[in-house]
Amino acid sequence: MWSRTTKNIKNVVSYFRTVNFSSQVVCHQKVCIVGSGPAGFYTAQHLLKNCPTLEIDMFEKLPVPFGLVRYGVAPDHPDVKNVINTFTAIAKSGRLQFVGNVTVGKDVTLNDLRNAYDVVVLAYGAAQDRWLGISGENLCNVVSARKFVGWYNGLPEESHLKFDLDAETAVIIGQGNVALDIARILLTPIDMLKKTDIAQHALEALSQSKIKNVKIVGRRGPLQVAFTIKELREMIKLPGNSYRIHLENPEFIDACLPKTSRPRKRLTELMLQSSSIKRSEEDSSKQWELIFHRTPIKIVGDSNANKVNGLVVGINHLTGDDWENPQVEDTGLRETIPCGMILKSIGYKSLPLSDELPFDHAKGIIRQTEGRVEGMQGVFCSGWVASGPVGVIASTMQSGHDVGKRIIEDLKNGIVGTGTRKPGRDAILSQLEARNVEPVTFVEWEALDNEERERGKYQKKPREKIVDVREMIDIAKKGQS
Amino acid sequence: MHLILAVWSGEYEWQDPKSEDEVVNITFIDKEGKQRPVRGKVGDNVLYLAHRYGIELEGACEASLACSTCHVYVQEEYYDKLSEPKEEEEDMLDMAPGLKPNSRLGCQIILSHDLESMVLKLPTITRNFYVDGHVPQPH
Repeated sequence: MWSRTTKNIKNVVSYFRTVNFSSQVVCHQKVCIVGSGPAGFYTAQHLLKNCPTLEIDMFEKLPVPFGLVRYGVAPDHPDVKNVINTFTAIAKSGRLQFVGNVTVGKDVTLNDLRNAYDVVVLAYGAAQDRWLGISGENLCNVVSARKFVGWYNGLPEESHLKFDLDAETAVIIGQGNVALDIARILLTPIDMLKKTDIAQHALEALSQSKIKNVKIVGRRGPLQVAFTIKELREMIKLPGNSYRIHLENPEFIDACLPKTSRPRKRLTELMLQSSSIKRSEEDSSKQWELIFHRTPIKIVGDSNANKVNGLVVGINHLTGDDWENPQVEDTGLRETIPCGMILKSIGYKSLPLSDELPFDHAKGIIRQTEGRVEGMQGVFCSGWVASGPVGVIASTMQSGHDVGKRIIEDLKNGIVGTGTRKPGRDAILSQLEARNVEPVTFVEWEALDNEERERGKYQKKPREKIVDVREMIDIAKKGQS
Repeated sequence: MHLILAVWSGEYEWQDPKSEDEVVNITFIDKEGKQRPVRGKVGDNVLYLAHRYGIELEGACEASLACSTCHVYVQEEYYDKLSEPKEEEEDMLDMAPGLKPNSRLGCQIILSHDLESMVLKLPTITRNFYVDGHVPQPH
């Protein structure tokens, strides 16, 4: 399997070398990319293909690369993580330097980067939560989906978290793929989970979990769900589980189908078919439900323990002719859903990594046009930090390639990268040394990668993720095996 | 046969045809609109064949039907000659921007003599993601 990966990397590297010479630009400028997830790597890929003489440095806050591919994609979706091979080939192409364990905004500033590089690309994603803004949101066991996903994926920042999984019912607010990922991880038989790269602390906690019922609650209706068909199918086929899809008006939904686009039509048809199938109760000790038209009003708790014990929702109905963007009207009716845990899966947000960065705080994104940050020549942005936290790897790939194109345009047209030669990485590395920061190289990451795989062998997992930053750095720097 | 190809992950496509009988010629139209004729052979996986010849067809998930980055438009006359897409392919195609009736995933197309002279067009980079009020995509 490892030799197959090596062959893959060889193939990707040779493909990578087959560049289209006629469209190339000769440029020796220095570029830095902040963030080593899909946005950062796909932007780098485009730049290196079209401008092979550029020097590119990629800064990453953690000692490990790959962003949400490592920390967002669910442990039981290993195929989605294959893109790591593409990114590894880019990192080893010889023209990109990965510099891990460096927090831009703390260890170095945006200004430091602008002084050192001709081009700065911000591709640091969205690592903050959106809030409901309702009372009771601070009660114990009310958690953001982002934190929960970070927890089971071994994100160092969230790995120490403790959740109370003793409750029988958990409510997930939101109906996107993240909501379904969480439901699936809560309900998948442990025997299946233990073969994945799920973080060990999460596996242990989940093996003690008493959660038997997961209610996935959405404000709008079945036609507005944000999850996709592959994920819904997985839920329907989940071993050991029965389900209920609460369709209040299937005839209306059915009537809307001819007006919908293909993806929406197929997804909705699956929901309609599945809601009428009676799933056998024999092998299902657990259940998930899809509940629509419920707006969270407040979270109520057990006054002694300060812990959640219910979600009060308003029942709404949708009006207006535009079924894609309906008006949500409160009927005035209220319901309380008893539960012992609430996960808020309502989206992510970015934060500006410097005060000077023009930022749209309402949307949580950098102010930009076509990837060029407003009013900051030479500064670009790519991926979720630019477009908002929505989209799969394929869409971020488009974003990365598109911004790459704009950067090359600006280099060609002399809009950026003219003037005095920039010092590049050396300037930043000396600053880091002065501040006692230990940057981690890609080769050092590979030593850490090997260690995780080795540890995984004992547990029969693809890898055992190391969740402590200090330990990561120590292993990385100890030397290659 | 497909299982073997999956394990080789592109090794097969790097082998030249052993005889003219094996050859299947197809043409890619790349993202810049340029015609790129390619000399493949029976059994070649279109994604890996594209990689061999430097055609910019991404294959993020490496042919495991977990992404839509190898999305191509199949020349109409040839669309029906391809084998029916699996449900998993249809599910992934649903996520591809610019989906058309003749869309397929490149990693699911295996060359045969039936497909001689087929033209496959790569979707051009769209600007959807930079327009305000961008098209919401699932994640």
